[in-house]
Amino acid sequence: MNNKKSFWQKVKSWPLLLPVVCLLLVMAVNIIYDASIGNNPFSFFKITLQTTTGNGTILYGRIIDILNRGSEAAILALGMTLVVSSSAGTDISVGSVMSLSASVCCMLLAGYGVTSTSELAVPLVVGLLGALLIGCLCGAFNGFLVAHLKIQPMVATLILFTAARAIGLLVCNDMIVYVRNDSFGFFGSFLGPIPTPIIITVICVLILGTVLKKTALGTYIQSVGINPKASRIAGLNSKTIIFLTYVLCGLFAAVAGIMQSSRITSADSNNIGLYMELDAILAVALGGNSLGGGKFNLAGSIIGAYTIQAITTTLYALGVSTSQAPVYKAVIVIIIVAIQAPPVQAYFRKKSAAKNAVKEVA
Amino acid sequence: MENNVVLTARGITMTFPGVKALDNVDFTLRKGEIHALMGENGAGKSTLIKCLTGINDFEAGEIHIDGIEGPVKNHSTRDAQNVGISTVYQEVNLCPNLSVAENLFIGREPLTKLHTVDRASYNKRSQKIMDDLGIEIDVTQNLENYSLAIQQMVAIARAVDMDCKVLILDEPTSSLDDEEVEKLFVLMKRLRDQGVGIVFVTHFLEQVYAVCDRITVLRNGTFVGEYPIAELPRVKLVAAMMGKDLNDLDAIEKEQIDLEKSEVVIDASSLTHTGTVKPFDLKIHKGEVIGVGGLLGSGRSELARVIYGADKASAGKLKVKGKDVKINQPIDAMNLGMGMLPDDRKAEGIIGDLSIRENIILAVQAKRGMMKPIPMKKQEELADYYIDLLSIKCPSREAKINQLSGGNQQKVILARWLATDADFLILDEPTRGIDVGTKSEIQKLVVDLAKEGKSIMFISSEISEMLRTCNRMVIMRDGEKVEELDKDLTQESVMAAIAGGDKAHE
Repeated sequence: MNNKKSFWQKVKSWPLLLPVVCLLLVMAVNIIYDASIGNNPFSFFKITLQTTTGNGTILYGRIIDILNRGSEAAILALGMTLVVSSSAGTDISVGSVMSLSASVCCMLLAGYGVTSTSELAVPLVVGLLGALLIGCLCGAFNGFLVAHLKIQPMVATLILFTAARAIGLLVCNDMIVYVRNDSFGFFGSFLGPIPTPIIITVICVLILGTVLKKTALGTYIQSVGINPKASRIAGLNSKTIIFLTYVLCGLFAAVAGIMQSSRITSADSNNIGLYMELDAILAVALGGNSLGGGKFNLAGSIIGAYTIQAITTTLYALGVSTSQAPVYKAVIVIIIVAIQAPPVQAYFRKKSAAKNAVKEVA
Repeated sequence: MENNVVLTARGITMTFPGVKALDNVDFTLRKGEIHALMGENGAGKSTLIKCLTGINDFEAGEIHIDGIEGPVKNHSTRDAQNVGISTVYQEVNLCPNLSVAENLFIGREPLTKLHTVDRASYNKRSQKIMDDLGIEIDVTQNLENYSLAIQQMVAIARAVDMDCKVLILDEPTSSLDDEEVEKLFVLMKRLRDQGVGIVFVTHFLEQVYAVCDRITVLRNGTFVGEYPIAELPRVKLVAAMMGKDLNDLDAIEKEQIDLEKSEVVIDASSLTHTGTVKPFDLKIHKGEVIGVGGLLGSGRSELARVIYGADKASAGKLKVKGKDVKINQPIDAMNLGMGMLPDDRKAEGIIGDLSIRENIILAVQAKRGMMKPIPMKKQEELADYYIDLLSIKCPSREAKINQLSGGNQQKVILARWLATDADFLILDEPTRGIDVGTKSEIQKLVVDLAKEGKSIMFISSEISEMLRTCNRMVIMRDGEKVEELDKDLTQESVMAAIAGGDKAHE
């Protein structure tokens, strides 16, 4: 037998194969739809420069829209991946923590009790740091409950899931705080022709990617996630590592929160980050990561997040009404998840093994 | 089919990615015999058993069972149980958080008239089963409250209770002490006389000759032969397993060390962990192999765990190389130059989904700290070096560790600790589940490490193994350090010390 793997074998053993195939499937739907109604079949991929009144010349196209709108989910998915891997549980508080961070940020920038302002009460960086700090604190709280008090992740994070949004309202004095200031609005608008959220996401991915590559954090997290007892004997501090992943998750939630409130230049506590925790968890699962913890693939989660956004954008392009979109979304998600399910995988493997066996005989 | 044959397997073939695990293997089991299945690590013993019990889906071959027309193909352990094949595996596969009784009847609970679970009845029946086997425990307690040995006995009791024609015991004795092994043998012989066919997989040659009637030998996934026990003496069996002659009792040259002169590496005084080990004093010297003997559950593992910080000491003092130290968790001990290979490989040793390479470098990495990752090239070198040194059988260094056989997994964990270059290494049952050839290699390795000036704490159920390697022995009984033996180490003296004055030689 040939020792070197053939190209196809390499492709088959590529861990990102399924997530990528799923994303391509969603794109294919766009191509077929466009072709069927007589548009340019590749209009989905078309990126043009358009001149707008507010933002000057900007990039425009469905791909750009997906990358832009999918930013929050992608950033949340980063933290969620680590949490899932280390603790075999999910952090369901990220949506609420987004909202709380946004509230803290806007409250600081506008001043307590002020509901609308165009002047910043404190330097922008104070507001941002405040939001990031509160995100880390929330993460630390979750992490403490999970790592040190050994409370199940779902239950532990349920506390902030319920409370964080309300604390946000408290911070904002039960009002929607508007910060109509360009320097704050920047995080949800454009840098030159490129939407800022895309750039922020790229920076987040690069930072986390570098940390994982340049330190042993990735191995530590996976090791603790697979077997915490053995990891401890081998000299890892399981508690600290689990704690750390929750802090990181909170931090990323804060980044996503700032981004979303900047888009609407306000802290709308009741709506910011609503149901985002579900998208984040789904992104991790779509990326081919086991929610049982252990091995993780960050790239998979990111692709998963954009796949969710691609589905949404595609449905709107197809003319599905906003109220009906979740139904179609659910159908597509079922298909994607089923393709990746172990029994279905085993079935395909068996089929191809049988095919190979026939080949060998022949 | 011969008259009294209960199970035949013909031409079983099975491949794993990159490895041919079984190649045209035959196996025949007769009624009322105890049949040993022998072979080195990775010879295919466990794989064959998994084919018989429906866990593995073999590619070619047929299995026939007495009383059933045509070939049998099991797709799950439940299928296997339905045709009368019950199994007890190497590692206990029961639910620790259920009671003993629940574990015995899981999946086949007796029901009341209202079709609810009849707890009273199954508790009573469970107690009777355990009493009949001479195991004195409370069946309503959770399984996790009992030692690994008892858990194993419960697993066997469960299999026995399910009216089986074929009972497969995959390394059942590797976590039992001598007395418990004896009890098991009594039970096995009783079942044999009732006509049950028993397949017995073990690495202990003495045990094979103590109970078995017949031996089938596998080597590298192929069938070597089937022999009545009288026709295959020990030396020939080892030769058949390894494919070459080997004197497994090669003398190992131990270094004699002068305890007065050599440096004291570990000095524990009144060290204790409440509930497991009573306060003990212990000095361990540089270049010494110290054995810890005692029955299972006597506190021999726990003694090591307190020193290492796997269980935090609740009182007492520990000096390492003359300095007072406080160890809160294993990493503290590692930074002081210690290492520990735990006895429960599955629970505390392997990181299942990680690769062999990652499993080997883990402890070294932990010592360096998170911010200083080992360069990939260095990791690969380390992994290759130890795969070669310990002859770990694996498809590649990037294969997941849980694809390996038990013995090879053990070698990977051993490699993890050798790689840390620890001055004081605790080896708790390092040769459990490892074949004869490698066993003596590991024993030599231990002695060599000691010659290099490392100190080793060697814990084992096999006294002969400790006699070959240790300079000195500590004996534990009921959580208490009862004796230190340095001169006159013999099987008899150690046994007498383990048994204690009052109940020596019944």
